[in-house]
Amino acid sequence: MVLSRKTKDDLIRYAFFLTALSSIVALGLIMLYLFAEGLPIFKVVSVKDFLFGSLWYPTSDPPDFGIFPLIVASLAVTALSSLIAIPLGVMTAIYLAEIASRRVRDFFKPVVELLAALPSVVIGFFGMVVVAPFLQNAFDLATGLNLFNASVMLAFMSVPTICSVSEDAIYAVPRELKEASLALGATHFETIIRVVLPASLSGISTAVMLGMSRAIGETMVVLMVAGGAAIIPTSIFSPVRPMPSSIAAEMAEAAFRGNHYRALFAIGIVLFLFTLAFNLIASHIAEKHKQVGAATL
Amino acid sequence: MRKLIVMLAALLLIASTALAETSIKINGSTTVLPIMQKVVEAYMKAHPDVKISVSGGGSGNGIKALIDGSTDIAMASRAMEPKEIELAKSKSENPVQTVIAIDAIVPVVNPTNTLKAVTLAQLKDLYTGKITSWKELGGTGPVVVVSRDTSSGTYECWEKMVMKKERVFPGAMMQASNGAVVQTVSKNKNAIGYIGLGYMDATTKPLTVDGVTASAETAKSKQYPISRELYIYTNGAPAGAVKGLVDFLLGAEGQKLVKEVGYVPLR
Repeated sequence: MVLSRKTKDDLIRYAFFLTALSSIVALGLIMLYLFAEGLPIFKVVSVKDFLFGSLWYPTSDPPDFGIFPLIVASLAVTALSSLIAIPLGVMTAIYLAEIASRRVRDFFKPVVELLAALPSVVIGFFGMVVVAPFLQNAFDLATGLNLFNASVMLAFMSVPTICSVSEDAIYAVPRELKEASLALGATHFETIIRVVLPASLSGISTAVMLGMSRAIGETMVVLMVAGGAAIIPTSIFSPVRPMPSSIAAEMAEAAFRGNHYRALFAIGIVLFLFTLAFNLIASHIAEKHKQVGAATL
Repeated sequence: MRKLIVMLAALLLIASTALAETSIKINGSTTVLPIMQKVVEAYMKAHPDVKISVSGGGSGNGIKALIDGSTDIAMASRAMEPKEIELAKSKSENPVQTVIAIDAIVPVVNPTNTLKAVTLAQLKDLYTGKITSWKELGGTGPVVVVSRDTSSGTYECWEKMVMKKERVFPGAMMQASNGAVVQTVSKNKNAIGYIGLGYMDATTKPLTVDGVTASAETAKSKQYPISRELYIYTNGAPAGAVKGLVDFLLGAEGQKLVKEVGYVPLR
């Protein structure tokens, strides 16, 4: 059987369409499962008590399913790690794209990206065995496994993402923009602050959001170094229990389709909504500040 | 075509032998579950004709399943309650208890801690957050309380025998495994944790409880206060395929596996 050129074309087009569709279907199925397994918990506990309850004793009799301390812990860890990672990542990116010589850039960029290749369990182990005892001795703390330690370790993981994506954005700023600025008498520094950064703002924002959504969803590191106490932190050196570590630690022992199991899936839903929000914000910013050619600045 | 017939016949043969297999269903305590999983794995390797399914839904669920006949063996980390026995009798069933192992939990501190002994009451005060400084017990520094996740069997035992049904306070650092507790306590001079007897090593220091040192002997003689027996229940004395499994579990090989999982074997 000989296919006409048109049928062949169509076949190939459908094949590619199906490939593209497969990831959407996978996402849809996972979401469906997540909601089907998690939502029934709200027959046992109200949404308000679940989100804002301050006690997490899922296996007591009667149980308490309050995840407020876990949400606060996740947000606190993400915020503190962003506070460390954003300046580090963005400034490294500016240096690499604008200031460093070509040879330095060619050496540094792959090395920074290599940091992303470190398995999270290795970073967690480092935090547990090296950083925790150091923090405890240096600041005379009760424990080195705490919010601050987890944030530093998460910053390690998001710096490569933030740096690499922002660097690409900064590097892509049209050359004539910079030349015009310099020609008008601006210094190199003024050019970077007033011209290059605004022009690459959408790329940098995307980078920051990607870095943050990586931090909030990261499991292994927080499981190992955050300390695991389900309390609302009172200082940056309090032990905390972010959402992913609760799911990872407890899922194995939760009775299949019991209330505890459903509550853990419901935490998964909350976590999913958070990362979804981060990604929506990132794409919104990218869309709004899109740099089209040199003329729109 | 002939090939197809041969294959079909072979398939039928396999299916029919599968039907002839005896199957055992086991359900119950998640504390006993790790022992049972190891034992079943070893037993099925030696007896491929016996098909065993193990699931852990908690002691109460296991006993309920035994009473309504949906399981052959119930695993339990507590003895059956009078109400449950009554219910079983009313269905003219006869649940028989077999002790399979002993669970002993030891409070441990960092080796640099000078404390050697605690009482049950002090342990309770430490884990409800009433004692926050080692000064109150004759040491120095703040107390860092390390606990197991509330879903673990070890936590359940601790809550029952030490906390007397009160809860461990939320400021305790919850760890996902015995190994993680050992790791945390060995790295932190202020920490106190608790672990199964089988997980003790030189990196942490065990405390005596009410003057009794934790060991396999004191746990077996019930002198050591934080220990309990682990049970299985069967409907009537174990018989047939179930008896084979129970004998294996109580024999030398099964008890060796009990020790491997971190519990105290019966002998």
